[in-house]
Amino acid sequence: MAHTLIPLAAFSYGISLLLYAQFLHAGRELIGRLASAFLIVGVVLHYFALLERARALHTVPYHDLYGSMSLFGWLLALTYVALEIYHRQRSVGAFVLPFILIFFLAAHLAPADRLTPTTARGIAFALHVTLSILAYAAFALSCVFSLLFLGEERLLRKHKMGDMVWRLPPLELLERMSQSSVLLGIISITIGTALGFLWVDRLTGQFWHFDSKYVATLLVLFLYSAYFYISRSAAWRGSRASRFCILNFVVVILSFTVVNLYFSQHHRYF
Amino acid sequence: MEIVLVGLNHRTATVELRERVSFTAEQARSAAEQLRERGILAETLVLSTCNRSEVYGVPPESIRESAPALSSFLSSFHSLRDDALTSSLYHHYDQEAVRHLFRVAAGLDSMLLGEAEILGQVREAYRAAHNNHATGPVLNRLFQGALEVGKRVRTETDLGTRPMSVASAGVKLAERIFGNMNDRSALVLGAGAISEQVVSQLRDRGIAHLTVMNRSRDRAEILARQFNGKVAAWGDWGAALASPDVIVSSVSAEEPVLTREILERAMALRENRALFLMDLGLPRNIEPSVASLYNVYVYTLDDLSDVVQQNRSARQSEIPRAESIVDEHVSKFLSWQASVEIVGLVDALRGQMKAQRSVFLRDRLSTFKNLDASDAVRLESLIDELLESLVVAPAERMRTEKELRRKIRNAEALRDLFLPDRDKP
Repeated sequence: MAHTLIPLAAFSYGISLLLYAQFLHAGRELIGRLASAFLIVGVVLHYFALLERARALHTVPYHDLYGSMSLFGWLLALTYVALEIYHRQRSVGAFVLPFILIFFLAAHLAPADRLTPTTARGIAFALHVTLSILAYAAFALSCVFSLLFLGEERLLRKHKMGDMVWRLPPLELLERMSQSSVLLGIISITIGTALGFLWVDRLTGQFWHFDSKYVATLLVLFLYSAYFYISRSAAWRGSRASRFCILNFVVVILSFTVVNLYFSQHHRYF
Repeated sequence: MEIVLVGLNHRTATVELRERVSFTAEQARSAAEQLRERGILAETLVLSTCNRSEVYGVPPESIRESAPALSSFLSSFHSLRDDALTSSLYHHYDQEAVRHLFRVAAGLDSMLLGEAEILGQVREAYRAAHNNHATGPVLNRLFQGALEVGKRVRTETDLGTRPMSVASAGVKLAERIFGNMNDRSALVLGAGAISEQVVSQLRDRGIAHLTVMNRSRDRAEILARQFNGKVAAWGDWGAALASPDVIVSSVSAEEPVLTREILERAMALRENRALFLMDLGLPRNIEPSVASLYNVYVYTLDDLSDVVQQNRSARQSEIPRAESIVDEHVSKFLSWQASVEIVGLVDALRGQMKAQRSVFLRDRLSTFKNLDASDAVRLESLIDELLESLVVAPAERMRTEKELRRKIRNAEALRDLFLPDRDKP
């Protein structure tokens, strides 16, 4: 079944990317709707592919790089769909879909792991993993929106009015979209981290085990909370806040790579 | 069921002549009534805008007679000599008339390529004619098609999306920063013609609050009253610059009116909320160094003119896409027109066959001595069945097969072939 779902999901994401790009170029509403429809189909197919893997593992499919990346890609797509509907704005789809597609394809093109049941399972654990990865997906989206903000702002300041500027979302909407995704990320990572502590407490009877990942996560939470606050302040609103948001995502990437691979004892892939 | 169009537009007539030949709503209604009473047109629609006056119609007789009659009518209706209008009028028939209207609705025939207003004017002209019962099935279908073409061209191409005037370019650029203007406020410095154009655009885009500031308070009050805004005292920058999101300046001044110092103070007061400035004055009203202030976007007259120029080129490149939509709908309309004409032709043919059958039977049955009355009736009914099947099968194909209708687009040829002595249905 997965052999059918994965290529179908990749196909849907691919078509969606092409349609979003065409929508950005031509601005036809019908093409934009089709792009969203293919993205939703891709999300559904991707979900069933993940579900199949989760059933085999009897837990959330995070325990390897494959599962972690695929779950990240899926949550990125899901979060983007929610934001697109909430803000009624689909012209950023062409910039988000490449990331979804890269994570999806990288996960599925990587050498296959053997599916071995993991000891880490249970509702608290599943929610801990899912909410943490959801937070990272939301932070990734805020980074894309901030990059778009800086690009569009630069074009408007330099009076370089190409075709694209007329299609991109207004600057203030990009700011709001970035703030929305950061808020989602803050809520998710807070609940996800709390559930992680709860799960560890249940498993070992001990609330606190030092792990470098805790420090990294608290730092990420602090930085994004700071962004959420200062992005509305007089001195920072606009491009300064967007730069700060991008910098925050660099910290997230470091937390995902350097901290996970070299410092963390318990967090390998998320 | 021919369609005729007689009219003039900005390319064929001077503005003075266009003014003479324009129609008010009441004149359009009266003209349609007179054209019907005089037997010139059975269906009429008058489209009159500042750039064109056109009469679309379906004549009861041959169009070759109706077009000159229609031209003469236009001259007499507007109290002009025939020869004063002749050189400025264009005549289009059938396919060309359909194409002309669809291009008009698409904005392809407008003075300002792709302008949006014409579609509303076509809609309004159609609504008025329809309410006055001046249109019939042909013009109804034609104008519904035109409205569909206009809508598609505006949603599927970029022909009408890019601003084409300095005022609209400025307002559209402000929307690139703020999005919807519904909860935004604007300050207008100066109360001249350019300010009025920008204010009109801002109001069209739904700006919530408007303040006018001018050295002469009287003129500021006139402009503010016209657009439901308020007036601020000239030079009271502290209060005036704290709230607006958009500032438009077009005053005559030797020195910049808004200096960096004034705007630095204003930005501090407004907590660095984004500010969009349109400097439409010559010499410039806003000090150039203001452009480097944080969250301040300044566009001068030259910058906006460059944007308009770029958009003009972009609109030109959209023409082929718009023309292909027009072609598609012309073909669709002609196919419908052919199907209606063929249905009329088949009905006429059926009527004629039945009439000929009666004469034929009356002549021939007298030679059969042993045929009683009931046999004669039965024979008549059998012949009717045969004739019906001969006519109905092709008629049904005509109705359902689009490609066949396209091939037999000219129903007049069929009519001449089978019904040479009949009037057109």
